[in-house]
Amino acid sequence: MSGTTVFWYASRATGIVALLLLTAVLVLGILVNRQGRLPGLPRFAVTDLHRNLSLVAVAFIAVHVFTAVLDTYVHIPLLSAVVPFASGYERLWLGLGAISLDMMIAMILTSLLRGRMNRVLWRAIHLLAYASWPVAFVHSIGSSKDLQQGWMLDMAIGCAVIVAAAVVWRLAHAARQVPRAGRVAAVFAQHTATTSRATTSRATASKQARRNRESVTR
Amino acid sequence: MTTTTTVNESARGGAARQAAGLPRLLPASPEDLRGHLARYGATPYRGYRDRAGALLGDIEASGLTGRGGAAFPVYRKMAVVARARAARKVIVANGSESEPASRKDELLLRLAPNLVLDGLQLAAEAVGATEAHLYLHYGPTPEILRALAERASRGLDGIAVTITQAPPRFLAGQETALVNRLGGGPALPTFQPPRVSERGLGGAPTLVQNVETLAHLALIARYGPRWFRAAGTDAEPGSMLTTVYWPDGKCRVVEAEIGAPLRTLLSSGAETQAWLVGGYHGTWLPMPQAAGLTLANDTLKRFEASAGAGVLVALPADRCGLTEAARVTGYLAAESAGQCGPCLNGLPRIAAGLAELAGSGHRRQTRADVERWAGLVTGRGACNHPDGTVRFVRSALTVFSSEISLHARGQCSATNRKPFLPLPDGMPTSEDDWT
Amino acid sequence: MADTLRVNPINCTGHGVCAELLPELVSLDEWGYPIVDPRPVPPVLDREARRAVAACPALALKLMRIEEPARSGSKAF
Repeated sequence: MSGTTVFWYASRATGIVALLLLTAVLVLGILVNRQGRLPGLPRFAVTDLHRNLSLVAVAFIAVHVFTAVLDTYVHIPLLSAVVPFASGYERLWLGLGAISLDMMIAMILTSLLRGRMNRVLWRAIHLLAYASWPVAFVHSIGSSKDLQQGWMLDMAIGCAVIVAAAVVWRLAHAARQVPRAGRVAAVFAQHTATTSRATTSRATASKQARRNRESVTR
Repeated sequence: MTTTTTVNESARGGAARQAAGLPRLLPASPEDLRGHLARYGATPYRGYRDRAGALLGDIEASGLTGRGGAAFPVYRKMAVVARARAARKVIVANGSESEPASRKDELLLRLAPNLVLDGLQLAAEAVGATEAHLYLHYGPTPEILRALAERASRGLDGIAVTITQAPPRFLAGQETALVNRLGGGPALPTFQPPRVSERGLGGAPTLVQNVETLAHLALIARYGPRWFRAAGTDAEPGSMLTTVYWPDGKCRVVEAEIGAPLRTLLSSGAETQAWLVGGYHGTWLPMPQAAGLTLANDTLKRFEASAGAGVLVALPADRCGLTEAARVTGYLAAESAGQCGPCLNGLPRIAAGLAELAGSGHRRQTRADVERWAGLVTGRGACNHPDGTVRFVRSALTVFSSEISLHARGQCSATNRKPFLPLPDGMPTSEDDWT
Repeated sequence: MADTLRVNPINCTGHGVCAELLPELVSLDEWGYPIVDPRPVPPVLDREARRAVAACPALALKLMRIEEPARSGSKAF
């Protein structure tokens, strides 16, 4: 009896931690794309943290899955972790979990091979993140009584709000982006604006140029 | 704008030219297939593979280099494609002539299309091409269509030729941009390696040659490498088509022997203030110091110049060279593909700096800024556009430095404000401009 | 076996991670784009160079075995 309880608790706990980690990973991924910085940390920290945390998240998901399978209170076949809707227990919610995990596996495998594979294909698969996270979120809320009430619910909603804000930020940048055909004109305009102001120091001008660069980089 | 009459000017330098066997490429008037065959005989196919290798040997012995501007040894490019083991191989005749001041390819394609098409077929046979393309500035012209139809009716051509119109962009003729365009995408350069001769259109080894190069090749196939070397210098044999602009505004296409004194092609008297050699990626040359140079990269490199695609300009003394240079630099900046950070950021700034120098009075640091930006963009793009632009700009700053000082004081030595160097109307504005 | 660092300037968006990880060979211009030392990577920096290549978010940095100078094909284009 105590054995099953340990596995069940472990599965619930690691699931919740995985959700938090995945939230951080997605936000960090957007931060990498936007060339954002974490205060006090060098630039490579953002990309390293994004990659390392994604592996930690997968480790937690692995424990989350195995403990759920090992727990004998309900029967969850191991295969249902990657084959959607293959479990008898809570077929819908676990099925969503499997879908999300499948997408994550694709993202991680392609990222491990990113030096050797087609860039466009890598990017297309990596965009699955924007589908994988919401699906994981619905899986979490649907299959976990913990998350459906109290401070855990608040925490889950908090994660959703953070992800939504980050995605909005990302989309806003995409909307502001100057298309390639207009980039040269944009640089001409920036330069005219910069030089017509009485900019004296080159350091100021180059910092301005770097900030302006945001709207004309890919 | 200058009045441009494109005329085959072949009377210059009489006896020397005749001795060298010029003109070689351009008949006096457009030649149809019958005239072409009467003059040159049938297309000397060597037979597939084994004996086609003999053409490669002749091309190597002839020392033929590309006439599209890069002067890359034709044999080396052909050998790479010929040696490749691939189910598909592509050959492209590049007639995009993206340099606004160049008119030679247009004229060659109008007067002697069969020579170009001969060269295309012979080169295709020599490298084992399975696919042939014509990439043309004006697309399928009546002369080209007629030539292809006449050849088809006589069964002259080994493989069918697909015609594609090049978008009117300065970079459209760049090898990787060309391959991109033929593949259905925009005429934008891609990063090399791999070279297009290794992996080009659809991943197949692709031989890209300027149309004039192919015309020379068609003649070498008939008359041999020794005939070809009878003109030109040892290091740079043969002849080349040049587009020449005189101070009176007239434009002529002249076939010249490589090594001919530039004085015989361009005016060098008091009415000329400077020369521009090599087009808009070329080099400004001071007069009279450069008056003794010849049409050969060996001598031109003393002034860090090269013949390029043969655009030669004698800038009249009554114009402002600084203003001309600023206009062209503005054009070159607008023609940046905008794909590479340094080029995208540097060229517009350089152009703006040059425009400021050509204006009335400029800020003290502008000259230094332009120099700094020029250093920052060199060698840092995916293609040579920034490098060529910097060469043009740096030589302008040197040759017109006294003009810069004049403008700093609000003066200008020009008495004629009409623009001299030709530029196309309309700058690119949307993605469609590259397709 | 010495390799050379090369940036694909079309893919590069100026993240600047390479310059942080490999300041001996990479510096940034005034617009944030990398200026890469064109000489072969000294063996002592080989591991750092590979790390920088792997860390580039745009996959723009490469290590190549080059025999000829870093120029895209011909002189004119």
